[in-house]
Amino acid sequence: MADAMKIRATAQGDSADIKVLMNHVMETGLRKDAKTGQLIPAHFIQNVSASVNGKEVLDAQWGGAISKNPYLGFKVKGAKAGDKVVVNWEDNKGEKNTVEATVS
Amino acid sequence: MNSFRRTFLKGTGAAGTVAIAIAAGLLKPTQVLAAEWNKDAFGAKSVSDALKSMGASAPVDSKDISIKAPDIAENGAVVPVEITSKIAGTTSIAIMAEKNANPLVANFNLSNGAEGYVSTRIKMGQTSLVRAVVKAGGKTYTAAKEVKVTIGGCGG
Repeated sequence: MADAMKIRATAQGDSADIKVLMNHVMETGLRKDAKTGQLIPAHFIQNVSASVNGKEVLDAQWGGAISKNPYLGFKVKGAKAGDKVVVNWEDNKGEKNTVEATVS
Repeated sequence: MNSFRRTFLKGTGAAGTVAIAIAAGLLKPTQVLAAEWNKDAFGAKSVSDALKSMGASAPVDSKDISIKAPDIAENGAVVPVEITSKIAGTTSIAIMAEKNANPLVANFNLSNGAEGYVSTRIKMGQTSLVRAVVKAGGKTYTAAKEVKVTIGGCGG
């Protein structure tokens, strides 16, 4: 599950625009397998956090209703070119992934 | 499918309970760490139960929140939603799809310069209001926009 995440952080005026793409099935636990009729177990990202230069800027909780291979965009005032952005996620099975980028 | 969901919602709507633990989280929303996933809020079957579990009671309608989402989403599995809050001191933004089995989709806590803006893609089971719930300065604000869904994205 440690597929690479994609991230882009660009400075726009006095803030940074950060866009992240994660690889995840985002299974809600409400869907049934078409063949067996069994519920497909829930498997989705529950927590996403982001920091700029080590300072937390975003701490999100997600449910299963975020689309598969989630996209997240956010903006941070005061972040400038050269700042280091780190984004982490953790899912309901304890799997984790992290990605880093430098604002450009 | 729809009629099932409706009866399902009715049957369980009254059963929602508010966890006392949330009160602790309420005091400092940004301090709620990653590990404490708000199970009650995400498991809530109705918007009002989800709001209660988030400690966001009686939200006030606000024109300073804008929701950018398609009027008609052909594929409910991927509905782009962009929320901008112009309310000063916005500390969190939650997204709800009102008629989903579990309305609460996500809750973003913002700090240290993060602007009142989040953009993501959500799943919607059927045509419904997409609601943004914003906390700022200890108050709760909300806005909603209807998105028509032609093919639901939650069923199987």
